[in-house]
Amino acid sequence: MLATVLPIAFALVSLALVLSLVRLVKGPDLPDRILALDTLYINAIALLILLGLHLGSALYFEAALLIAVMGFVGTVALSKYLLRGDIME
Amino acid sequence: MLEWILALLVLIGAFFTLVGSVGLYKLPDFFMRLHGPTKATTLGVGAILLASALYFTFKTDHASLHEILITLFLFITAPVSAHLMAKAALHIKLKQVERTKNVTEAERF
Repeated sequence: MLATVLPIAFALVSLALVLSLVRLVKGPDLPDRILALDTLYINAIALLILLGLHLGSALYFEAALLIAVMGFVGTVALSKYLLRGDIME
Repeated sequence: MLEWILALLVLIGAFFTLVGSVGLYKLPDFFMRLHGPTKATTLGVGAILLASALYFTFKTDHASLHEILITLFLFITAPVSAHLMAKAALHIKLKQVERTKNVTEAERF
């Protein structure tokens, strides 16, 4: 059952990635682009976990955790830059 | 039985991830777009991570805690980053859709 559902899930998450990529390219203002990047990394985490399920390997969680940490730091840094005009004060 | 639960969780997760991105793509202004990724996508990734945790717990016969760590981290950071982005958007006075502005009833009619 899982083997038949996983390709569908891959397709749905990939479509979500494409939609946020479109918003990243199009997005009229800077906060839209930051939000699109945020969505992009969360979707990448979902895709990595699905790949781990598909291959039956627990190797991909470290990568997902790293992406989560780095993505959060990136989002905070970009928002701080918009708020203050500077990241570290 | 476990297989069915896993399949259902994966499907639900992928569906809500897609819903979040469709919201990001279609809604008219930034403050509305903020809702899709911060709520629907977090729920979707949470469901996928739960499916993965169940799968590896039953496959290796001891609890798989990596996913719980990622889930906790995502659930803590998603509201924080949403708050920061909304603050930044308010700070640079991003334009809003007219009907979502904070006007009193008397001004509107």
